[in-house]
Amino acid sequence: MRFIPHTEEERREMLRVIGVERIGDLFVDVPEAYRFPPLNLPEPLTELEVRWELEALAEANIHTGQYACFLGAGAYRHFIPAVIDELLRRGEFYTAYTPYQPEVSQGTLQAMFEFQSMICALTGMEVANASHYDGSSALAEAVLMALRLTRGERPKVLLFPTIHPEYRAVVHTYVQHLDVRLEGESGWTLDQLRRPLLLLEELEARLDAETAALVIPYPDFLGRVLPPSRLRETADRVHQAGALLIAVVNPIALALFEPPGNWGADIVVGEGQPLGIPLSFGGPYLGIMATRMAFVRQLPGRIVGETVDLEGRRGYVLTLSTREQHIRREKATSNITTNVGLMALAATIYLSVMGKHGLRQVASLCYHKAHYLAERIASLPGYEVWREHPFFHEFVVRTPRPVAEINRILYEDYQILGGYDLGQADPALAGHMLLCATEMNTREEVDALVEALGEIGPAREG
Amino acid sequence: MPEPLIFEYSVPGRRGVEMPEPDVPEAPFPEGFLREDLPLPEVSEVDVVRHFLRLSQMNYGVDKGFYPLGSCTMKYNPKINEEMARLPGFAQLHPYQDLETVQGALALMYHLQEFLKEIGGFAAVSLQPAAGSQGELAGILMIRAYHRDRGEGKKRIKMLIPDSAHGTNPASSAMAGLRVVNIPSDRRGNIDLDALRRECDETVAGLMITNPNTLGLFDENLMEAIELVHRCGGLIYGDGANMNALMGICKPGEMGFDVMHYNLHKTFSTPHGGGGPGAGPVGASERLAPYLPGPIVAIDRERTVRPDEPVYTLVWPERSIGRVRAFHGHFGVFVRAYTYIRMHGPRLREVSEAAVLNANYLLARLRGIYPVPYDRLCKHEFVIMGRVPGTSVRALDISKRLMDYGFHPPTNYFPLIVPEALMIEPTETESKATLDAFAEAMRRIAEEARSDPQRVQQAPHTTPVRRLDEARAARQLILRYLPASEPRPAPAQV
Amino acid sequence: MNIPPDLRYTESDEWVQLEGEEAVCGVTDYAQSQLSDVVYVELPEVGRTFQKGEVFGAIESVKAAADLYMPMSGTITAVNTDLVQNPEWVNQDPYGRAWLIRFRPSNPAEYETLMDAEAYRAHCEARAH
Repeated sequence: MRFIPHTEEERREMLRVIGVERIGDLFVDVPEAYRFPPLNLPEPLTELEVRWELEALAEANIHTGQYACFLGAGAYRHFIPAVIDELLRRGEFYTAYTPYQPEVSQGTLQAMFEFQSMICALTGMEVANASHYDGSSALAEAVLMALRLTRGERPKVLLFPTIHPEYRAVVHTYVQHLDVRLEGESGWTLDQLRRPLLLLEELEARLDAETAALVIPYPDFLGRVLPPSRLRETADRVHQAGALLIAVVNPIALALFEPPGNWGADIVVGEGQPLGIPLSFGGPYLGIMATRMAFVRQLPGRIVGETVDLEGRRGYVLTLSTREQHIRREKATSNITTNVGLMALAATIYLSVMGKHGLRQVASLCYHKAHYLAERIASLPGYEVWREHPFFHEFVVRTPRPVAEINRILYEDYQILGGYDLGQADPALAGHMLLCATEMNTREEVDALVEALGEIGPAREG
Repeated sequence: MPEPLIFEYSVPGRRGVEMPEPDVPEAPFPEGFLREDLPLPEVSEVDVVRHFLRLSQMNYGVDKGFYPLGSCTMKYNPKINEEMARLPGFAQLHPYQDLETVQGALALMYHLQEFLKEIGGFAAVSLQPAAGSQGELAGILMIRAYHRDRGEGKKRIKMLIPDSAHGTNPASSAMAGLRVVNIPSDRRGNIDLDALRRECDETVAGLMITNPNTLGLFDENLMEAIELVHRCGGLIYGDGANMNALMGICKPGEMGFDVMHYNLHKTFSTPHGGGGPGAGPVGASERLAPYLPGPIVAIDRERTVRPDEPVYTLVWPERSIGRVRAFHGHFGVFVRAYTYIRMHGPRLREVSEAAVLNANYLLARLRGIYPVPYDRLCKHEFVIMGRVPGTSVRALDISKRLMDYGFHPPTNYFPLIVPEALMIEPTETESKATLDAFAEAMRRIAEEARSDPQRVQQAPHTTPVRRLDEARAARQLILRYLPASEPRPAPAQV
Repeated sequence: MNIPPDLRYTESDEWVQLEGEEAVCGVTDYAQSQLSDVVYVELPEVGRTFQKGEVFGAIESVKAAADLYMPMSGTITAVNTDLVQNPEWVNQDPYGRAWLIRFRPSNPAEYETLMDAEAYRAHCEARAH
């Protein structure tokens, strides 16, 4: 076989050293009735053949490099500088495992320390972990963390209704057998969903001695950014109630907007995919998680710390390991072990090469292009754009025809991948589309989308 | 010489990437929303390339040499996997595209589900979970949902876990709100059947089995253990971390496992990435299949016109525990695992055979040099004790000294039931010559332990840094770069 | 191994000394040697009441964590706050500077159920094999 190096002679010699005759003798402890079942799999392919097959599968898709893409909704198409993949493909990085042995893992460890530092810089928090699976599972872990920090004495968690619907679903999955109530997220009308400040008041009114945490998206799933000055008041109210404030963020937006650490968030989570990670049909992505130093012992996941070696040289190690499953077992802060180290490395390289200036440029380009697109669509008959609240690079459009129908025409006739159909997230939002523009969308693309939407227009009678 | 932090290369005004000027009119930013400072490094592209390249050189990976980390299956990661995952038709797909535009991706996921079903002997597979531990959590939630639907949710709150299990097993059970009961091992390293029998009652939710277990042994009591737990109404969870021993050897689903996670980054050659991304698909028996996390890929019967041109869609298992993550799982990892499985087909059995051959060969070479606590035929890995009689050298010292010989150390101090454990998993991709060289290094270290113990106890001597002060790291807690001027926040007692 | 003769001991390696109405509790030399470098100590709030055998805190080294068990029922009257900043004292001086808590026993008779030094030595030696 391709990746097994033994010659027949070596195999014989190895069996002789072991003291058995045949390979099959190594499996006598497997119950005979179940031993050596047939494996009904397609016959093996050579590398050349497997390449043909995979290329054919890949070509059966339409990808965002071929069609103009205006989909966001939690996964974003951004420019990825060439240096990132070049460096990620160093075998020393991607064929290593979790850095349990620090003397031969300083590369991974130092990069993770830099990652933690950059996430702290972006979020305005004091400590970050070395990553979680994705934004949604990071949120679920943040909720569990808040429950621990309030000593399990507060069973209620308030979820803002316009948190990503799939993130809310994951929180439900994680807490389904725990004594926890999730409130605030559903049952709102279209009119209420359109007024985020009203929603904020409604949720604040539900804070009480039973509440462990309030979760706020920033920007929200509909692209809107709540005023930092207003969120500072929210943080005060949350803290007065003895609860914690959790923020769900888009890291690119944080290049522009006041970071949650500045307005009083206690735990910040988010999806790090926009930081140099390809769309890749939804994964692997990068869960970000940061908090205050006071809460570090309840932060789940790997954490890298600085120290010195025998000779006094600076070095890095995994630290606070006693929080983790391999030591604390059922009392651990989480079951997580393998996270998404390589994705965190990609984000670290991205943030390094983009730097303070480049990241601001990216965020500004997203902002300007999305606003240009919103303004142009607003002028189309039959379409209505939600523009009354500041938004980052996504916004809501009420469409004159069902969103799925418009999207189908867009990709069939215009080679455009249209926006996210919000009716999937909440029936109250049926007939509304979530559109996103990033630095990857040229003015020509934006204009082409506007023209297409204008042509598609309302459904013609009969 | 230590490599500076990327922040320490920063010079105000230096730039790595220039973005184009806006080609649309600039919109005004809202007042009172903007941040003032963004304390990221300001460095050039060359700085970045050299910095991370130097960091990579301070790492050890499978591409550099032998990495016998037990329970982690550090096999060679074929390079074709990497290229395939980067094909634009995969890497540039948005997860919310209309399903008609992603039929190739769905086909790949569908076939991967089918392959994993066949390899594990299960009725259905969900690819959703992001890693083995998340697969475990999903599987335990499925077990709980099953009992709940039978009106026994409140009663069945006890998860039985052998003392040799990975720490994730009890941690995942606790996250699902279950009480963990430890089951000891017997003298041959199997589940102690008497202890198990005593715990088998109507409060048992299930038993979590790692097989081969973390001693590398095929549990000789497996069938009886499964039978005992099933008879009291409990279900069997399989920790599939050790599947590299079993492909084509036996199918857990056929043997009575109700649910099991696979580690694509172990068994199916996707890279470990310095700690992820992995992927932890879950396979389920008929009775647990309706509870799988969703969505999963199915053939859309209504829209399929010709059987040889199936149309794929995403569906929800009928009684699904829900989502464990956003979108459709670690698709980039699926592409790699699919590529690997397609290159092997039914010959995956030869992979497991060679993995077991290598482990038994290396065990034979090390027997007599180091104590072997459970000395019988092993599967893909085995455990020795890192002790050299007559010396105070420990497993940790041996591990560190191996680095000087150019090897990555085995897993040490696990499983917890063996003192000074060294857990060695060679994998099938290593040659006899490599195994011989490793055995020879181990023999020489045992010799050095007697002749020059200091040399071993102060190892490593040749790595970028020497032994690091982990106590200091945990006490001072420097967890991010801080310019010298900033005060250091103190952790509170929480 | 240092096992002072005038103290009483638990199976979970806490030591106790009666001082008038109050008792002082810490962990033993054996415990600190098993844990190796202690990096963190978590102590309860003053005023809390625990039953004998209840967990009142935790102690951690780099690679291990151990719960602290109440040797006798009682109410906490003081905790060693200096120790939180200097966890290495547990390794250096487990019977002195590294005392953990003072408490007022609610059932002083429980003292007599604890092991004396001789019994505790046997308990440690039994585990060494």
